[in-house]
Amino acid sequence: MLDLLKAPIQAVQDFYELTGRAMRNVFRKPHYLDDIKLQMDTIGVGSIPIVLLTGFFSGAVMALQMGRSLQDYGQTGRTGTFVSIILVRELGPVLTAVMVAGRNSSGMASELGSMKVTEQIDAMRALGTDPLQKLVTPRMIATALMLPCLTVIDDFVGMLGGWLIAVYVYALPSLQYWSTTWRALVWNDVAQGLLKPFVFSFAISLIGCFYGLRTKGGTQGVGRATTQAVVVADVVIFVVDLFITKIFVSATSS
Amino acid sequence: MSADTSLLRFENVTVRFDDDETNALDDLSFDVRPGETRILLGAAGSGKTVLLKTAIGLIRPLGGQVRLIGQDIARMPEEKQFDIRRHVGMLFQESALFDSMTIAQNVAYPLLNQRVNRLPRAQMEPAVREALRFVELEHTLEKLPSELSGGMRRRVAIARAVVTKPPLLLYDSPTAGLDPITAHTIMALIIKERDVDNTTALVVTHRYQDGNLVANFRYNPDSGRLDPAGKQGTNTVFMVLREGRLIFEGSQAELEAARDPYIAKFVKRPEEEAAA
Repeated sequence: MLDLLKAPIQAVQDFYELTGRAMRNVFRKPHYLDDIKLQMDTIGVGSIPIVLLTGFFSGAVMALQMGRSLQDYGQTGRTGTFVSIILVRELGPVLTAVMVAGRNSSGMASELGSMKVTEQIDAMRALGTDPLQKLVTPRMIATALMLPCLTVIDDFVGMLGGWLIAVYVYALPSLQYWSTTWRALVWNDVAQGLLKPFVFSFAISLIGCFYGLRTKGGTQGVGRATTQAVVVADVVIFVVDLFITKIFVSATSS
Repeated sequence: MSADTSLLRFENVTVRFDDDETNALDDLSFDVRPGETRILLGAAGSGKTVLLKTAIGLIRPLGGQVRLIGQDIARMPEEKQFDIRRHVGMLFQESALFDSMTIAQNVAYPLLNQRVNRLPRAQMEPAVREALRFVELEHTLEKLPSELSGGMRRRVAIARAVVTKPPLLLYDSPTAGLDPITAHTIMALIIKERDVDNTTALVVTHRYQDGNLVANFRYNPDSGRLDPAGKQGTNTVFMVLREGRLIFEGSQAELEAARDPYIAKFVKRPEEEAAA
């Protein structure tokens, strides 16, 4: 029984160690600015198409569903309110994080995993450079900077999708849609909507790198690491989301 | 000799992996002194690679001390090990080049990324060119490792190991899996590096003829070829590793005179092998 627990406990401990070292490296020399820029481009700019598409369609679908439910109460005019609250507080951050996890946690795990199985990580260490400093910290910083930006884009495109549905399906005036959308939001929502992606970003980058760096067993191992990274990152995003939401709900209701 | 003058010193080092019942390295002690070339002979699985990885702290021993450039590397946190590893060049068995970087970027990697001796960009290119000229691959700068042959990849890995001019070089089976002609080219480079830059080296190999070449030939800078070392000889020490234990340490003459059948098998010269 104890032996069964040994491996997962060891893994959690290793993960905390990786997290600690990656965070400490933010304040240590050398800083690999070129790597941070490259990762910002891959993670941030590279994810824009998928964020635009999922954001647009999720916003549109939500407007459709909300509009239909609100029709029963004769409140179709408030579609914008619901679309914007749900997008900014919840759907935008979570959906963007899940998409970026699917794209980049997997990418990090497979890239670092391939480097691990071909001894390139050992070569980095042997050449007197810290693979965490060179590979993990730039990915962590880049994701933390880019995910909030991507979330803002996702929120806006989602509202745009909702607007199309509101105007063309429910025949709402544009002005009404945008003013309800705008008025629905308070600072608390914006804070929540930006804090969430910032926290999720660490789950995405660190879990991706963690599984990549502990890859064992050749190409099959790389495949396994990639799958595990995405699954675990997604689950962690939803769990953390619940906790952050609970904190915000408690803070605003008291 | 005190520990401070030796570049690499193993003191009763034992390494064991979690699920193994026997030790990968068993109570190993030896000392690599400046100017010396050590040839470590051993069959596959005898612990040669484990020994090299332990020497630079990639593997932590169960017991004993590993002193690299005078410091106990086995007991220090990894963040401190990086600065010591700068003084060591290592050639991995499979070259371990960064496959998504060009040859020039691979060779420039230690210069660009080490914490301490990062060169200004202007000095980078000449240093990279010089290292690649040393292994006669200056024309491959913009190629990717996958576009080169196995022998060329290993030469690039040598260039990457020597570009920072480390005083100690560790070669892990530099000739494994190569044809005799390419293997000779690689060994000639190792001898050239020793004689041009006066570096200390630990060469791990399973081929006795590699050691024989290092012990008896010198690089002639005028002709660019290897000449017999003659009477003055070279400062070469042989060691034989068997299942994690050091069973021999001494000169080439002592090695050839050894009666142990395991050692005798290694020392068989190619012509004897052909006759047998």
